[in-house]
Amino acid sequence: MDIIRNDTKIDFMGRRRIAMIFSAVLILVSIGSLATRGLEFGLDFTGGTLIEVNYPEAPDLGDVRQALDESGYADYTVQTFGTSRDIVVRLPADQAAEEGADISTEVLGALSASAEGIEMRRVEFVGPQVGKELAEQGGLAMLYALAGILLYVSFRFQWRFAVGAVLALVHDVLIVMGMISLFRINFDLTVVAALLAVVGYSLNDTIVVYDRLRENFRVKRKGTAIELTNLSINQMLSRTVMTSLTTLMVLIALFYFGGEIIHAFAYTLIVGVIVGTYSSIFVASNAAIVLGVSKQDLMPVVKEGEDQPDTEVLPARFRNN
Amino acid sequence: MNRYPAWKYLVLIAVLVIGVIYAAPNLFGDDPSVQVSSARGFELDPALTEVATDALAEDELQPRDTTFEPERLLMRFGNPEQQLRAADVLRDSLGDAYVVALNLAPATPGWLEALGAEPMVLGLDLQGGVHFLMEVDMDAARSARLEAFVDDIRNLLRDERIRYRSVRREGQTLVAELRTLEDRDEALAQITGELPELELEAADGAETFNIRATVLPEVMTEMQQTALQQNITTLRNRVNELGVAEPIIQQQGADRIVVQLPGVQDTAEAKRILGATATLEYRAVDEENDPFEAQRTGRVPPRSQLFFDRESNPILLSRSKIATGDELLNAAAGFDQTSGSPMVSVTLDGGAARRMLDFTTENVGNRMAVVFIERRPETRMVDGEEVREMREVQEVISVAVVREPFGRRFQTTGLDGAREASQLALLLRAGALAAPVEIIEERTVGPSLGRDNIDQGFRSVIIGFCLVLVLMAIYYRVFGLVANLALTANLVLIVAMLSMLGATLTLPGIAGIVLTVGMAVDANVLIFERIKEELRLGNSPQSSIRAGYEKAFSTIADANVTTLIAALVLFMFGTGPVKGFAVTLSIGIVTSMFTAIFGTRGVVNLIYGRKKKLAALSI
Repeated sequence: MDIIRNDTKIDFMGRRRIAMIFSAVLILVSIGSLATRGLEFGLDFTGGTLIEVNYPEAPDLGDVRQALDESGYADYTVQTFGTSRDIVVRLPADQAAEEGADISTEVLGALSASAEGIEMRRVEFVGPQVGKELAEQGGLAMLYALAGILLYVSFRFQWRFAVGAVLALVHDVLIVMGMISLFRINFDLTVVAALLAVVGYSLNDTIVVYDRLRENFRVKRKGTAIELTNLSINQMLSRTVMTSLTTLMVLIALFYFGGEIIHAFAYTLIVGVIVGTYSSIFVASNAAIVLGVSKQDLMPVVKEGEDQPDTEVLPARFRNN
Repeated sequence: MNRYPAWKYLVLIAVLVIGVIYAAPNLFGDDPSVQVSSARGFELDPALTEVATDALAEDELQPRDTTFEPERLLMRFGNPEQQLRAADVLRDSLGDAYVVALNLAPATPGWLEALGAEPMVLGLDLQGGVHFLMEVDMDAARSARLEAFVDDIRNLLRDERIRYRSVRREGQTLVAELRTLEDRDEALAQITGELPELELEAADGAETFNIRATVLPEVMTEMQQTALQQNITTLRNRVNELGVAEPIIQQQGADRIVVQLPGVQDTAEAKRILGATATLEYRAVDEENDPFEAQRTGRVPPRSQLFFDRESNPILLSRSKIATGDELLNAAAGFDQTSGSPMVSVTLDGGAARRMLDFTTENVGNRMAVVFIERRPETRMVDGEEVREMREVQEVISVAVVREPFGRRFQTTGLDGAREASQLALLLRAGALAAPVEIIEERTVGPSLGRDNIDQGFRSVIIGFCLVLVLMAIYYRVFGLVANLALTANLVLIVAMLSMLGATLTLPGIAGIVLTVGMAVDANVLIFERIKEELRLGNSPQSSIRAGYEKAFSTIADANVTTLIAALVLFMFGTGPVKGFAVTLSIGIVTSMFTAIFGTRGVVNLIYGRKKKLAALSI
């Protein structure tokens, strides 16, 4: 059974221009959104207090606000979380800085006094200092991951491929962050983890295409770089689609059944897998070609006296049957 | 021909068997149990088992199983009702010296336990509980230490009759101003001899002769480490009061402490208890009056106060204190250099050292006692309702004869073994003023959310897993089924690795497993697509299988190494939940390489490898 016909000859490289425009538009929208709307940084990075409570019956948010007002809180937000019976109260960092960790206890007390049968689900308090550190660590992690990948790909392939792979990664991370900003997804530590997983996944896809490109460059005698790139992408198309499909399936299961806490994480990965698949087809190879990858760059060093590689035909060790 | 040599199958089977064994404990669930440990973190006496069993037998309770370890006594019961009753009985009969906590002990069968197989540890987000990150105020600790040195220098100069204008602290340095050059040199010599922790420098002012002193960096580092350790010790004692079965109290970085209390939901209570302090007092023993007489008649001499030691023997102590906990700088257990017997060496700060010297000079041959004072939360039944309140507990922990006059540093000897020495040092440190701590991060998960997280986490793993299985079976037929076997084995191996490493399973960790399941099939997809391609090129099925596996290998390796780089970076930089995700992702990548390449090849070889005339593959 084949989802993708096995002899596709889609001219991916012929659509480079359209893809470039498409990517450029997405990136512009992302940067625009990041610049104007910004990210909704979660508690992990801003510091502050979050209290999630479960009510036996859906409460009126006005009543909840009134209870908090009466207890003297001013700068807070109240939202439902997942179901209408779950309420999340968020308090900013400056208020937490004054009163320290005790604030969560007080808020819980105020809420419990206002209604019967309230159950504490979750309390998170992050001091402003910790928030700053976590943000720094997240940013550093991203940079180190990109640097490590750049090194590895340069070592295994060639610098043009490494630059292409990293360009594709930057493209993916920018667009995913743009989508997070556009749809007001709460940007917390799990989203950073998801972003790094996107980096890993997208790279995985890119490497697979590069690997075939390298093989074709070495084995095929005929064909320009663009023709061979097209061939490689087509050859790997059913694999790319199949893997993206299985990964997306489990992510959708995570999104719908994993609970509210894992939502932002699953969302980020779903967007990331789609963008990552697209970029490994259109961005990574494209970048390598624009940078001028040629056959000579990937030829193994042939020792004198040895035969040239046996092109088009299987090497001897595969022919013993 | 595609055949594996026998040893490859043996490796495959061995890995799978080990995987199944170490993953198995996760299937057995928990026993409701009661855990008894020392309220002070001491080792337990093996005789406790019998005491506890007898106390339970009186109430016709019989534990299903009893395990004694030096740190804890664990008794398992058939159901939660018995567990609760047993906890009540033990609390009443064992008294204050022990902490009785409810626990859920893993019901791993003995033969698995003997192999070292244990279930995964569930993170706080899955079982509910409190996570605190506390920061020790090192600035305050440093200031206190510097002030103590100021006192030390003043006292020293006074004792040596060197006239000085002032001794004060200027930021991180200490400055002593003296009037004459001779005084300065004399002071320099004295301080060098008495306070080796300081680095001295003569720095004369316009009219005065000055000494500038800084504390040696290694002394400061050691002081900070001590301050942190003291806090950890104190926190451990406090946490014991809470009756938490398996708390985690760990140092993180130079000045932080992580406290994790599984199962605790009353965070207000936890914060109050963790914040409570203990102190201690050195007092003279009243040698003139009979403590038993005072206890019997209730008439205590006016200048004395009645105390009790740990065996509840009465003892009369003077009302005035020689030194208190906040003046104690350090206490360490060790061995006396001359006699080799266990001892505890104590260091006091300047003010207390003077008082100690005055007292000991006049009281050689008399006794001195240490009283440990702490505020402990207590549960009492009032009108059928539980009332928790703080009670101040005072207890004499050490009585010793003064052999000779001493001041700043002294030793307590005549202890009953090294264990007693370390226990005394632990208590002294707990009572000393530790640097103040502040909670800088709190994450609490209520029990209902924990349960939801587990349920939802496992549901998404199972649903995602089944979807992948179905898709693979439909798309790749026989080869798909082989990949599904590998995927199942992969899941077992991930669980086994997590259990073996003692890693904590968190919700992001489960997400990591889900993601790994989705990505693990990638290796098989790559191989199978390659085999299809080879078939289309007109190669025979057998050589296509071989070429498919061999050609796909470098692609799979490259792709996985890059993902591993991202996962390792996450592990290095991530904290808490993110780390859990990185751990499962890394483990998943490694195990999936094994099962998807090595494992499936073995099965494929078994199915197709021996057939000489193979017309087609079901792929």
